[in-house]
Amino acid sequence: MASSSEGLASAQLALRYAGLRRRRVYAMLGTGLALFCALLAAAVLLAVLGYVVAQGIGSINWEFLTQLPHPIGVPGGGVGNGIAGSFIMIGIATAMAIPIGLLTGIYLALFGRGPIPEALRFLSDVLSGIPSIAIGLFAYAVLVAPLKHFSAFSASFAFMMLMLPLLVRTSEQAIRTVPQVVREGALALGMSNFRATVRIVIPTAMPAIMTALLLAIARVTGETAPLLFTAFGSQFWEFNPANPMAELSLQVFTYAISPYPTWQAQAWGGALLLISAVCILSVGARLMLRRSQGLQL
Amino acid sequence: MDNLEPRFRRVARFVSPVDRGFAAIVYAGSILFALLIIGLFVELVLGSWPSIAAFKFSFIWKSEWDPVSNKFGALPMIYGTVVSSFIAIALASFVGIMAAVYLSDFAPRWLANPLSFLIELLAAVPSVVYGLWGLFVLAPFVRTGLGPVLQHVLGWTPLFAGPIYGVGLLTGGIILSLMIVPTVTAISRDILVAIPRDLREASMAVGTTKWEMAMRVVLPAARVGIFGACVLALGRALGETIAVTMVIGNRPQISASLFAPSYTLASVIANEFTEATTSLYISALIELGLILFFVSMIVNGVARLMIWSVRGSDRTA
Amino acid sequence: MTAATQTDQLLAVDDLSAYYGDRKAIGNISLAFRRQAVTALIGPSGCGKTTLLRCLNRIHEVAFDAHVEGRVLLEGRDIYDNDADPMKIRRRIGMVFQRPNPFPTLSILENATVCSPRGLKRQQRLEAAERALRLAALWDEVKDKLNTSAVRLSGGQQQRLCIARAVAAQPDVLLMDEPTASLDPIATAIIEELMTSLTDEYTIVAVTHNMQQAARVSDVTAFMLADETGVGGVVEVDETAKLFTHPTDPRTEDYISGRFG
Repeated sequence: MASSSEGLASAQLALRYAGLRRRRVYAMLGTGLALFCALLAAAVLLAVLGYVVAQGIGSINWEFLTQLPHPIGVPGGGVGNGIAGSFIMIGIATAMAIPIGLLTGIYLALFGRGPIPEALRFLSDVLSGIPSIAIGLFAYAVLVAPLKHFSAFSASFAFMMLMLPLLVRTSEQAIRTVPQVVREGALALGMSNFRATVRIVIPTAMPAIMTALLLAIARVTGETAPLLFTAFGSQFWEFNPANPMAELSLQVFTYAISPYPTWQAQAWGGALLLISAVCILSVGARLMLRRSQGLQL
Repeated sequence: MDNLEPRFRRVARFVSPVDRGFAAIVYAGSILFALLIIGLFVELVLGSWPSIAAFKFSFIWKSEWDPVSNKFGALPMIYGTVVSSFIAIALASFVGIMAAVYLSDFAPRWLANPLSFLIELLAAVPSVVYGLWGLFVLAPFVRTGLGPVLQHVLGWTPLFAGPIYGVGLLTGGIILSLMIVPTVTAISRDILVAIPRDLREASMAVGTTKWEMAMRVVLPAARVGIFGACVLALGRALGETIAVTMVIGNRPQISASLFAPSYTLASVIANEFTEATTSLYISALIELGLILFFVSMIVNGVARLMIWSVRGSDRTA
Repeated sequence: MTAATQTDQLLAVDDLSAYYGDRKAIGNISLAFRRQAVTALIGPSGCGKTTLLRCLNRIHEVAFDAHVEGRVLLEGRDIYDNDADPMKIRRRIGMVFQRPNPFPTLSILENATVCSPRGLKRQQRLEAAERALRLAALWDEVKDKLNTSAVRLSGGQQQRLCIARAVAAQPDVLLMDEPTASLDPIATAIIEELMTSLTDEYTIVAVTHNMQQAARVSDVTAFMLADETGVGGVVEVDETAKLFTHPTDPRTEDYISGRFG
């Protein structure tokens, strides 16, 4: 490698021109700087988390979790409808994303080589990089504008698009990781490809797929941008996905940019709920990943 | 394949009705997946068409954003997006690469994994939470702490001149850098770890310190992939919406000062889409979305090529 | 080499060649496998014996870009016919792999009965499992833990479970790809004994790296070798005793006496 021989040459140059003690000092400073950067990044996370916990914990109570928002000026109220809405929207999105993502992953794993699978992988990569607001515009164009109606379903649609690349890529990898002998063993018994895949290969790959699912759900938890013009939000209880619906991160956003301190306090509470959900999902995904590695043949 | 004897045949693998039905469902799912993505592109183009037809290329270099008189020029938004992302990547790449170097070559094992995990958790924090923290913690800090200090030291440059509101380009850039640091760190760390041991051992054998080894030998060997990681992070920064909207001030203006409020492509869509009254207004906003689509596609494509060339075909998140 | 056109042969191969993409792995092999006997395929690495085996139950084509020329005849009918269903073929020709591969998410009982007809009641399922596991000489060791995961068994037990699973499908032919390669000597001995006893019901074709094993276990042995271009073929086929004591071809003699391989 040209760069490595340049690197070695440069290192040898360093040896010739600097005294050992000075080099050791530089090394110590450099290492310290690197350590500082690593700690800085972690510290910022802890600072943000800590601040949210500190500011938000005071707002968390039973009323906050279960009540509707109150009009400004009326104390109390909560984000009950936002929590319900989040569950509903993410639930519908997951229900739609799993079949499409899993089937595409199966296709890529079983029929892997060739121009069409490569094109699908390319499309998946493109989708994973598209900003969520642009995906929200798509959901708007397809499900809101023609029906002239904001709806939770259009938000679920946008969420589904956000979840798909993760699910497709990971289910392909998960199925590929199942040892070839397991699949051949199933086929050699005279099983149909359908039975071999559904009864044997996918259950073996299931822990990895579940991990991907948890991460995909974590990805859309707290994703606000597409909601602004799909679900739109609501002040009331709403369980019909065809209607506009409240959502927790949307409420946090609305409250945060409002000029009312009571609402801002509730924004912190909502933020705490969001962070907790994401943490639980991320840790859950890690635990599941560790379990799946223990299941290897 | 065509010049083999007629006796040869590619045997059908999905013969029974069960298997044929299974194959059909699998194909259907994959086709639906492809159609969704292609449909996204098509809808964005269709939606932007009125605006494209009305303004053509002046959309990109005109700076007048006037919904009332239906005049739309996206230059201030492009400026805001570019500058805030540039600030973000400048900060995040330095901190992120240094952190990655520490984690890959210097951190003791008991520290490396928990620290990595914490930094990756930064990526999981929802955008609106960053925005909230940015609005109530970072912006006041910039207004009363960091801003005056910078202005005191560097106020002679137009970059740090002018009134300090707290919200503005600089705050937006800092929040963005927080959000993309984990991307830079995680990918860079993977790339550094994958650099073969022989290179490190050769360097140590020559007598370099570990720091020199990391800086002069390992890092240059990884530079293509690490650059790719930074470009990927840049792609994320360009499309980030909510956190930026909350701290950038949302004013369509081009100003030399980093303390001035600004506007990004994503924020203007977020702020104004539900208020857009005329169809040309909506179309202009969708055109901004189309610009974001292309920019992200190109930036991400370039990034993946770079990372791919170093890491092989193991794709990144 | 016997021409394989008679229909009283259970399993035979006629002018068979197999490819991985453009690379020809085995070329123009014609061979018949004796009913209810063990036929061993021996030869040095790369001679194509595993490829030949995998063509017999159409597992070869599962790999990408793998294809076949020629015919494999099961009771006189070509299994590669256009209207032949690979699933049905594989139900009649079962396979045991080199690495034991019990299905990791299924219990021992489920592994043993995975090919039983659907809708069996619990009692019938247990009986089917017992039959298969007894045939594989595993019943006594697992009868008290039928519902535990199959991967908890030792390597030798897993391989016997795979044999049980294969015979539970009631095939006519059993293909074995170096079945004792990853096992310790005791497990190996148990499985070799099994192979001889299984010929009461099944025709067995076994690939083995171990000449002594072939000599111990098989009735007929085929020696394979790759030619200069890397294409594998059968050099000599004969009764095991005769092949190992008075081989006709000098290459066979060289291999058996250890001069290469």
